[in-house]
Amino acid sequence: MRVDLPARTSTLAAASPAAPPALVLEHLHYARAGQLIIDDVNIVLSSRARSLILGPNGAGKSVLMRLCHGLLMPTSGSVRWAPARPVRQAMVFQRPVVLRRSVLANVTYGLRLAGVTRIERRARAMDALERVGLAALAARAAVLLSGGERQRLALARAWALEPEVLFLDEPTANLDPASAAAVERIVIAIHEAGTRIVMSTHNLGQARRLADEILFIDQGRVIEHVPAPQFFTAPGSINARRYLEAELP
Amino acid sequence: MNDIGIALQQAASLLASAEPSLVTVVLLSLEVSLAAVVLAAIAGAPLGAVLAICEFPGRRLLVVIFNALMGLPPVMVGLFVYVLLSRAGPLGHFGLLFTPRAMVLAQALLVWPIVVALSRQAVEDLWVEYAEPLQSLGASWWQAVPTLLWDARHALITVLLAGFGRAVAEVGAVMIVGGNIDGVTRVMTTSIALETSKGNLAFAMALGFVLLALVLALNALAFTIRQRTMPHAG
Repeated sequence: MRVDLPARTSTLAAASPAAPPALVLEHLHYARAGQLIIDDVNIVLSSRARSLILGPNGAGKSVLMRLCHGLLMPTSGSVRWAPARPVRQAMVFQRPVVLRRSVLANVTYGLRLAGVTRIERRARAMDALERVGLAALAARAAVLLSGGERQRLALARAWALEPEVLFLDEPTANLDPASAAAVERIVIAIHEAGTRIVMSTHNLGQARRLADEILFIDQGRVIEHVPAPQFFTAPGSINARRYLEAELP
Repeated sequence: MNDIGIALQQAASLLASAEPSLVTVVLLSLEVSLAAVVLAAIAGAPLGAVLAICEFPGRRLLVVIFNALMGLPPVMVGLFVYVLLSRAGPLGHFGLLFTPRAMVLAQALLVWPIVVALSRQAVEDLWVEYAEPLQSLGASWWQAVPTLLWDARHALITVLLAGFGRAVAEVGAVMIVGGNIDGVTRVMTTSIALETSKGNLAFAMALGFVLLALVLALNALAFTIRQRTMPHAG
């Protein structure tokens, strides 16, 4: 199934009026079983950019996003929003989890938890399904969806919440190229609708297509936080250079 | 050998003629055990889900205890409920002893740990997958519990059937708290025990067949339900 979405426009779109608060990470550490996974991360994400997190396996990309999203508690240091206020945020995972109910109910479920009224829930959910190209499957049991459709459902569930910030943890890692392309188009559309994107990937082509800025993370440390063109043409660190050079043609 | 043959024939004719005393016993058995399973499900499934997803001091101990209680001897439950309901007991003034209600209570207590332990297992399996997405959507534990119970509904049907099988087949508890009073608290199992000791093998066997057929039918039903709903289950 094709997903018709607008092609990528030039730079940072500003559809929504108020920018989300800046995400401020200060001396962020996270250890599991005595092993340091996130090691003194200090960054501020303030623009409405699409931030792509790159780094080798085990560098700490997933853990960093879970810390930002609040699924994990820091061992020390802090994750905060500035100015401090509740921020509507959502996360899409590498392995999309679907609830054992209909496609539509998967989306309305999140809206119910967000306190949206019953009537509005249905309308917003259908709207989100429409935008990811799943409206025709709304009544189907979600477990019958293919991997690509499941990830689009996860995106619809997140999008329906109209998040100010959306975290995506390698959302296309298990998908075929066509499904991955559909996910990329949806991510771009969500961004253009005014949501800040923070996404990790192992696909450098995808990072080139999507990134406004790159966070390069290695051994639990963010060693580069630069605009994407700069990262790909002149990476500042030897680790990033090696990482980029390892890419297969 | 010949005795058994004759008994089998007599059992078949008892069943074919739907002998009233047989029907009464079968219906009471079903009523008591179904009510017990419903009570156990209401009190057990949410507790099982909470044990699966909530971390609190003593959780592991409770899990071990409920697992152990799955093997609770029915006579022990019978004795316990007997003491509770006897005239001098704490619930004595309700006058429930030797009534079907007492039997429901005893069987519910017997099935409760089974429902708790098995639904904990079912919900825990689902929680592995659901934990992060539900937390991400901002679900608190009391919102997660109904979600998980609903989404584990097919596994829970099997749990309730296991509970029903246990309830309908036990003798000890209903014998002690029901008293096996003809037409009042006599169920299939107590009847089988009594008729066997009286040498009335035909009646005992007829009831035995009903019991077997019932358990088979219920399992077939559960199987069908799951087959039919599989597309919605996964």
